[in-house]
Amino acid sequence: MLNKALNFCAVNSRFITFLFFLFALLFPVFFKTPYTLRVATMSLMFTMITLGLNIVTGYMGQTSFGTAAFWGIGAYTAAILTTRFGFSSLIVFLSAAITAGLASLFLGLCVLKLKGYYLAIVTLGFCEIVRLIELNWMSLTRGPLGIMNIPIISFFGVKFKSPTENYYLILILLAITTYIVSKLMNSRFGRVISSIREDEIATQSMGINTVSYKIQAFIIYAIICGVAGAFYAQYMRYIDPTMFTANQSIEMVIMVIFGGMASVPGSYLGAIFLTVLPELLRDLLEYRMLIYGFIMVIMVTVKPEGLLGNINLIHIKQQISLDLDEE
Amino acid sequence: MFLQQLINGLTLGSTYALVAIGYSLIFSVLELINFANGAMYMLGGYVTLMVYLALKGHFLISFFISILVVGFVGFSIDRFSLQPLRKKKSPRMAALISTIGIGTIIENSIMLFFGSETKSFPNKFDFGKFEIGNAIVSWTQVIILITSIFLMVVICLVVYKTKIGKAMRATAQNVDASRLMGIDVEKVISITFIISAFLATIAGTLVSMYYQNVDINMGFQVGMKTFAAAVLGGVGVLHGAMFGGITIGILESLGASYISSGYRDAIAFAIMILVLLFKPSGLFGKNQTTKL
Repeated sequence: MLNKALNFCAVNSRFITFLFFLFALLFPVFFKTPYTLRVATMSLMFTMITLGLNIVTGYMGQTSFGTAAFWGIGAYTAAILTTRFGFSSLIVFLSAAITAGLASLFLGLCVLKLKGYYLAIVTLGFCEIVRLIELNWMSLTRGPLGIMNIPIISFFGVKFKSPTENYYLILILLAITTYIVSKLMNSRFGRVISSIREDEIATQSMGINTVSYKIQAFIIYAIICGVAGAFYAQYMRYIDPTMFTANQSIEMVIMVIFGGMASVPGSYLGAIFLTVLPELLRDLLEYRMLIYGFIMVIMVTVKPEGLLGNINLIHIKQQISLDLDEE
Repeated sequence: MFLQQLINGLTLGSTYALVAIGYSLIFSVLELINFANGAMYMLGGYVTLMVYLALKGHFLISFFISILVVGFVGFSIDRFSLQPLRKKKSPRMAALISTIGIGTIIENSIMLFFGSETKSFPNKFDFGKFEIGNAIVSWTQVIILITSIFLMVVICLVVYKTKIGKAMRATAQNVDASRLMGIDVEKVISITFIISAFLATIAGTLVSMYYQNVDINMGFQVGMKTFAAAVLGGVGVLHGAMFGGITIGILESLGASYISSGYRDAIAFAIMILVLLFKPSGLFGKNQTTKL
């Protein structure tokens, strides 16, 4: 039964993607309340981040707990540039991407020689260090006071005032990210990344400079998180260091683990489900991290690749067309 | 001033050393970083407090009960979540993520049960202070230091002089060969977890006594710092963990007073990243070559 469903999805994957984006486009028409739009916007933003994280953790197999750090760096760059210098959004998004990318380059050069478990801890430590810098460098970030009154997004003078406009903006950003990630992961680059996960030494013996590819993957991941962070800062219009903690990083790793490692639809599933769920279970807010802990342990014990992990729809489609050819 | 910070750092560092030993032991036997160690440290402090409040006194008995309870928790972590993963031959990251999840579960359960305000903790060993030069040393600090050193000596004796210690060292060297020699590897692993849980509980209770409070961030912060200490000394090397713990404690104390106290927690992470950059096997570790 599951196979039939997968086969259907594989063959009709373009159509399903089209349906999904059609639904996403028409979503604000049917659900107009600001609260619903806010939840939807946040889900889409987290999907973007999850896609980025999936490159490093899902496809490449290097668990990274530094997501909140890059997200925060993007957000703070955006916030500081708009509140202090009044730059417009386009420059701000680009700067956030560049800053996050540079930070990941710095981190990557330091740590990408390390094995998996060391990498996980060091990225967690990096996340904490960035948070402490955000908290203590009062002159730059105003520390615990946070940065408020961040101006709303404006491209070339057009201000994005309403929730609907912001929703469409993140939808566009997400569509671009999805396109980039899926094309990248189905190209030579993606195959190198996957082979690094499978057996790094074998990959190296093929003559591939794995450290260089790891750093590239890290930079792409950081840029995606940075741009998402810049959006977040201008959308929430207030940020402070408590929003970018190690707990956030862990939550995002859970989104990848739950939805499916190395799977684009899995990233959507994980991010949307785990953003909407806390909203539905608002009464259980205090139990949230506890529930996440249980999800982590259960997922890893029962299905470590995640719900939609390791499901390569393109391979399934090729297999089906091969079977059809044989008939 | 320097001497004062040195003594403070030494005291704190000796407790870090205990937790770092826990990380080292588990890593040497399982090649796994037990993220839940920090949570057990925190659990130790809180359970001692809980039993103390329930019994309305009898600190030492509460301490003892807490050690047993958290020891059992450590055993269960291995038995019920890590052992199944080992049996399924899951990738190592699965176990790591599992311990992170368990650490999160424990810390959040404590938070839900006790509330998130910092609670005060009794200090039954407050026998006053005395002076050495410019520095003021409290008897609490002396007791903590003596207890930690005593425990470190005990652990060294256990690991190097007893049969179970030999079994642990054998398992650390080569799991399959140990099995062939008739060592019950699962039992060895369980005992390792129980020992590291004991050490974490004791360290947690001692530090809670020193600061006279327990708070919800205890687990995560100390977990990270003590892992940094274990890395500094060389993960898997017993005396490395002790050295690393004390060093981190002293550097943290000195750094907090001479550099800035806001960045205090970052010092340990920065040290860890530096060590991993320049000498990944740690100060006392051997260079590990990957065998194909």
